[in-house]
Amino acid sequence: MNMLKAVLVLTLSLFISTANAGEKEMKVGFVYVSPIGDAGYSYAHDVGRQAVEAMEGVTTSYVESVSEGPDSGRVILNMARKGYDVIFATSFGYMDPMLKVAKRFPKVAFLHCSGFKQSENMGNYFGRMYQARYLTGIVAGEMTKSNIIGYVAAFPIPEVIRGINAFALGVQSVNPDATVRVVWTKTWYDPATEKEAAKSLLDVGADILAQHQDSPGPQEAAEERGVYSFGYNSDMASFAPKAHLTAPVWNWGPYYVKIVEEVKNGTWKAGSEWPGLAEGIIGLSPFGPMVSQELRDNVAAVKAEIVAGDKKVFAGPIKDQNGVVKIAEGVVAPDADLLGMTWFVEGVVGTTE
Amino acid sequence: MLHMRIAKRQEPLGLGGSCLVLFLALALSLVLSGILLFLGGTPPLEGLATLFYGAFGSRWALEDSVLKAIPIFLCSLGVAVAFRLKIWNIGAEGQFALGSIGATWVALSFPDWPSFILLPAMIGMAMLAGGVWGLIPAILRQKLRTNEIIVTLMMNYIGILVLDYLVYGVWKDPSSYGFPMTPEFSDNAIVGKIGSSSINWGLLHCVVLGTFIWGFFKFTRLGFELKVSGDNVAAARYAGLPYDRLVILVMVISGALAGWAGFLEASATVNRLQPSIIVGYGYTAIVVAWLARLNPLNIGIASILLAGLRVGVENLQLELQVPAAFGGILEGLILLTVLAGGLFTHYKIERRRME
Repeated sequence: MNMLKAVLVLTLSLFISTANAGEKEMKVGFVYVSPIGDAGYSYAHDVGRQAVEAMEGVTTSYVESVSEGPDSGRVILNMARKGYDVIFATSFGYMDPMLKVAKRFPKVAFLHCSGFKQSENMGNYFGRMYQARYLTGIVAGEMTKSNIIGYVAAFPIPEVIRGINAFALGVQSVNPDATVRVVWTKTWYDPATEKEAAKSLLDVGADILAQHQDSPGPQEAAEERGVYSFGYNSDMASFAPKAHLTAPVWNWGPYYVKIVEEVKNGTWKAGSEWPGLAEGIIGLSPFGPMVSQELRDNVAAVKAEIVAGDKKVFAGPIKDQNGVVKIAEGVVAPDADLLGMTWFVEGVVGTTE
Repeated sequence: MLHMRIAKRQEPLGLGGSCLVLFLALALSLVLSGILLFLGGTPPLEGLATLFYGAFGSRWALEDSVLKAIPIFLCSLGVAVAFRLKIWNIGAEGQFALGSIGATWVALSFPDWPSFILLPAMIGMAMLAGGVWGLIPAILRQKLRTNEIIVTLMMNYIGILVLDYLVYGVWKDPSSYGFPMTPEFSDNAIVGKIGSSSINWGLLHCVVLGTFIWGFFKFTRLGFELKVSGDNVAAARYAGLPYDRLVILVMVISGALAGWAGFLEASATVNRLQPSIIVGYGYTAIVVAWLARLNPLNIGIASILLAGLRVGVENLQLELQVPAAFGGILEGLILLTVLAGGLFTHYKIERRRME
């Protein structure tokens, strides 16, 4: 009982009421689909949030692990009610709930990541991650020996399918014989499942792993089996120092700061933005020591072409798995087609269902 | 060294005593979570106050909590019926999924029916689909002596995969850019909101169904048979009660209620079917049923408490940036302390005489 009393006294004595934030501070809220400790997608967004937090006269907050159904609507609604000026919702399933809230709070700026719907005060944004995926594909195509490359993927939605296709096209640009084998985990963040899925790919002979998940599970599997892998979202080298070739990474900070700055100045307009390598919103993390200088130079050269706009990843002719030409020669797939992509390119082993 | 021993009470603890134990158990779980908050660098009292305010401290918060409690309540009401007979239905999650599928099928097939026909048809289909999902493990149990815990659990995965198959396949909205979701339901297929509140009429469904289940156990012969059979299977069989048929019955009722929850969630809350409709209400329902000791009114209270906890944790995150996992921990602590407190209903701790 004395113990209990001591604890109670301790808790009471440490009760510190924090002063309310100043009235004029601008409030910016973020909604994440997974915990920010995931080292992945939400972590990358949160690094961006911290850049906004560092701005003068701006405070930020976030809610993590928000599921994509009605929960997200409530979280966004409560942010709006509490007087947040800008709200970033960072997962596709937040789109419709956010649109509903946006209609009720016309003075709040709503920004939705990875969707396509917008309104007067709700814009959407995403990064052309597929460009960075294409670059990692080049590395994979050059470095595979078994010509089987594994890809641990979350859900068969356009964002993920687009990434797999770009990766496969990158592989084929240097190694036409290599195939990309896809396993769906149907999870965004489940390190154990994702690691098991990675192992299943290694069991069928894959000697390089790529991934589209929020956890470094596949990296750990690669490290254990002594094969190479690509991380995703953030530099995952620390999880697999011997296995980490590089990772396509997000760099949200400058974009978030820009948007908040615009809202502050009253110049923000809801729109649809899809920046890529050229704008620096995505990139590659530093190469591991196993990647040769020659290969690094090749990748840098292709990257320069993409940045300059001379090279498009989805430029025809591109065939699907059945050999049917989906993007004709001389045609560059328009963004709308990329956003709704539901088919795999030739050379990918797996289904989109 | 132990000077205490646990002894059986002559009589079970009365209502007053039970309430005191419950209160102390809740208080203990709050103190433990306060310590946890403190260790995480958050002022504990402010943290708990923020949590409470976010869950019940304003009209909005209260509405949010009640809204979230609706599907939990119905699922829990269902599993509690099965638990009464000591049939461990862990399958509310899958039955919920099937219910939402049944309701969606009707909503998508007959969008133009007037709502006074369409909504009952959706409910009927949801109950049928959920009921069948409960019936299968019951029949397997009776015919093949399978364990219903394992089968209902496995059926959850199957049910969710069926849902995935439909929304990734034939029911996918052509205008959704390939994302897995059905088209939005027609207005006739949507359960509306009560007045100017954000709470939908599902709340009324809960009250009616809860009363119905309560009355069923209190006043009907069948309900009495269920209670008796649950307390002692051998005695029930000896008395000539149709135990095997009762098992089938409770599993169907259980599944139908979870299915009804699936209907409400699809119709009133999401307005369509999509994979994220599955957020674990079927499992929360089991926790709630135990906390409430299977009593419908208590299930209502416990549903709102647990729903409030989840809603409140969002406020805690937003205001004090406490990790989301804290909600799960607090939920676990409450379950642990309350169930452990249940020990005192039939036992007491005595001072051991020194030799």
